[in-house]
Amino acid sequence: MNFDPSPYVALSAVIFFIGVLGVLLRRNPLIVLMSIELMFNAANLALVAFSRAWVNNAGHVFAFLVITVAAAEAAIGLAIVVAVFRRSTNVDVDEVASMRG
Amino acid sequence: MTVFWILGILLVASAVMTVTQKSPVYSVVGLLANFLVLAVLFMTLDAEFLAIIQVVVYGGAILMLFVFVIALLSSGTTPFTEGPNRLPFARGPALAIVLIAFGALMYAVLREPLSPGTIVPPSSTLGLAGQPDVFGSIGDFGAALFTTHLLPFEVTAFILMVAVIGVVLIAADAAPQRTHGRHPVRPAREREPIVKVR
Repeated sequence: MNFDPSPYVALSAVIFFIGVLGVLLRRNPLIVLMSIELMFNAANLALVAFSRAWVNNAGHVFAFLVITVAAAEAAIGLAIVVAVFRRSTNVDVDEVASMRG
Repeated sequence: MTVFWILGILLVASAVMTVTQKSPVYSVVGLLANFLVLAVLFMTLDAEFLAIIQVVVYGGAILMLFVFVIALLSSGTTPFTEGPNRLPFARGPALAIVLIAFGALMYAVLREPLSPGTIVPPSSTLGLAGQPDVFGSIGDFGAALFTTHLLPFEVTAFILMVAVIGVVLIAADAAPQRTHGRHPVRPAREREPIVKVR
């Protein structure tokens, strides 16, 4: 009955920081977006683990909301990548230095 | 616990593969493995409905979007040539800050067990997987989503609508095709670049 979420939360922290490293060190915008998805997933794992520990399904509901927000974020991020690529053939994130309308 | 260790190693390995691969296609494969392993982890945490949603939404919808964009951007060109590194000295400090934050978080997590001493009134009951109305089942999840947490659910609908409108505004061609008028429509590549490339 008494469930310890510590291993799951530690695993979640590891995955989250792998995602942080991907965002900071990679320069391909698609891989940066995938690293953000990794971070969303790590947050979901922590929510579900705590939800299981407290036997309270609020964590499940909010993990579900995180999934929908991640879907919206991926769609908008990829749309931005496509729009940038349409203006210039290079999509290195360092090259996109200024975004003026 | 053995299952947890196997799944954890697989999860970390697939995440590392996602971040370190050179080609985005291999990264997508790593991300797919990550999502599937995470769905199995959700099953071990009695979150049946979330495991299914994880496979359907992440593995089906979001990854498909990534694959489509990779196919769109890679067609006939080589878009992923890396330019010169504009921040060559940022790598060391970034690594240091991330490692410090990671150490602090792991210390906070592993210092003492996070389990609750006494469980305050649970909102649902534990039971065998597959039974209706036990913790994590579809019935239990739906009841919580549509009664206690109805307002966040409605806000989610609004967020999705904003995302759809935003995607159409951002990714659609800015100048729609006109068949008449004095200004001929120029192709997209000849317009003034919104993003300045140095």
